[in-house]
Amino acid sequence: MPLCTGTVQGGEVMATKNAADHALTTSRRQNFKKHFGANWQVYALLMPAITYFIIFNYIPMYGVQIAFKDYIANLGFWGSPFVGFEHFERFFDSYYFWRLLKNTLILSLYELLLFPLPIIFALALHELSYGKFKRWSQTLTYAPHFISVVVVVGMIVAFLDPITGLVNHIIEFFGGTSQNFLTDPNWFRHIFVWSGQWQSLGWGTIIYLAALAGVNPELLEAAKVDGASRLQRIMHINIPAIMPTIVVLFILNMGNFMAIGFQKVLLLQNNLNSETSDIIATFVYETGILEGQYSFSTAVGLFESAINIIVLVSANYLARKVSDNSLW
Amino acid sequence: MSDKTFDILNKIFVSIIVLIIVYPLIFVISASISDPAAVSTGKMWLWPVDITLDGFKMVFQNKDIWMGYRNTIIYVVVGILVHLVLLLPCAYALSRPEVRWKTGILWFILFTMLFNGGMIPTYLVVKNLGMLDTMWAIVIPGALGAWSVLVARAFFQQNIPNQLVEAAKIDGASDFYIFYKIALPLSVPIIAVMALFHGVGLWNQYFSALIYLSDRNLFPLQLILREILVLNEMSTGEGVQEIAGSAGSFADQVKIAAQIKYAVMIVSTLPLIMVYPFVQRFFVQGVLIGSVKE
Repeated sequence: MPLCTGTVQGGEVMATKNAADHALTTSRRQNFKKHFGANWQVYALLMPAITYFIIFNYIPMYGVQIAFKDYIANLGFWGSPFVGFEHFERFFDSYYFWRLLKNTLILSLYELLLFPLPIIFALALHELSYGKFKRWSQTLTYAPHFISVVVVVGMIVAFLDPITGLVNHIIEFFGGTSQNFLTDPNWFRHIFVWSGQWQSLGWGTIIYLAALAGVNPELLEAAKVDGASRLQRIMHINIPAIMPTIVVLFILNMGNFMAIGFQKVLLLQNNLNSETSDIIATFVYETGILEGQYSFSTAVGLFESAINIIVLVSANYLARKVSDNSLW
Repeated sequence: MSDKTFDILNKIFVSIIVLIIVYPLIFVISASISDPAAVSTGKMWLWPVDITLDGFKMVFQNKDIWMGYRNTIIYVVVGILVHLVLLLPCAYALSRPEVRWKTGILWFILFTMLFNGGMIPTYLVVKNLGMLDTMWAIVIPGALGAWSVLVARAFFQQNIPNQLVEAAKIDGASDFYIFYKIALPLSVPIIAVMALFHGVGLWNQYFSALIYLSDRNLFPLQLILREILVLNEMSTGEGVQEIAGSAGSFADQVKIAAQIKYAVMIVSTLPLIMVYPFVQRFFVQGVLIGSVKE
């Protein structure tokens, strides 16, 4: 998870400053020529990556303008005729707009509600004494992170099968009746969110465990001497100590607020559960890739990114207000 | 509550969570080698019952799975190479103090973390480059991310002493030579971590193949798995059809189909499971290097 928010270290700022001062003493241009002549190879090493970012990140960003145009392949991003907000209006006026927005928001909020789970699990793991039990607990709970989303959905499909599935056998064992969970829109959200927790709970503890490892042992020792119980020590020392990490991760989570694991949604989706499983991202895939409505689907995708950015900025603002930690 | 009670309760809590997470994994492993009838009737619930390897036999007779396996291995190997070729020179150059406009270049790269063009414009770029239905659509888009650049750069900064580079320069070594002969050999750990991260990602991804590939012969393993596990298109491979067909009744075919599914999950995840215990440490380190706030 990218936690570094990319402020450049002081050292480099100094270096560029020195270089700039230097440039003033001699002729700027000559100095640059000399610098480049001596160091062109370092710049050459940068070129493949820069070219890559231009082609696969910046040109698509430039291409977002087709949200306001009618994209015609041989006219390109720039040449296609301008239509203003037509695609956005069409999307907002469509009967599925509210359903897509509602499903996307509910699924995101549901995921957000479970944000504390890895923290709780990390606190519990941290309290274990070093040894085999702790190591095994970590190794085993990290493992699902490496299973592909296709296999995870395959497991869900197999376990929830109405006739042969494990879950229905358990239900029948306790006297219930078997259900077809995957075709029932009421179950979709629970299945999606909890299978996600199964996969990421263990892996999600890594960063918190690292933060917990940095807690000053003297503080804990002092609290112990003062008679604080284990629970009190967790509440008043460990949790405050990892608060900055929690806040930063929370904001980053908000930054991905709408970008719910849509590849998994796509796999879990079927005609019968689409009432709750249709989200904006799967809609973009359907209209854009499958139906070829490039401009319209780009507009829908842009709408989603816009909400995302608003949520991220507000989360950061709130975090700065209520705590002293924020991304920027 | 005394510390001792707390310890016991905590251990129980962790054990319950570990069991919940591990149980589905054990079930899949057991189901893949058990008699399909025992699995589908619920007789097998933890340990294998009436062990049989038929599921694996059928998986290995399936041509599509072999093809997918082969394609995925090619994509992973080529994809890792592309990733490293783009990443390492760039990260090394950005770690050098003499490079100018560094703040600008870093922001140029970081900006891609905050904004992107979205699914459709990216798709159109790939399409206009003529990459659709080629291996390049899988290995090139997504080959480099800002996060890897930052992590690798931090590693170079910490592990390649500037004096060493300066000394080599005085001896007349060029920057290319220093990068290739000095920096790279000193960076084996970060190269391994980056290759592993990227490789696992490539192994597990299906979506770019779904949108960029329509030629079946190019399908990676995950797309074939999607057909078998999610879309329930069982009769794609000849081997499966023959065996499932000769099994007689429809009910039998359903049961065998279920067993193939479990076997296929194991077969497709096996390479990762086998390397996982050895590389777990690296992955954890990778996550942590990335999270060090500069």
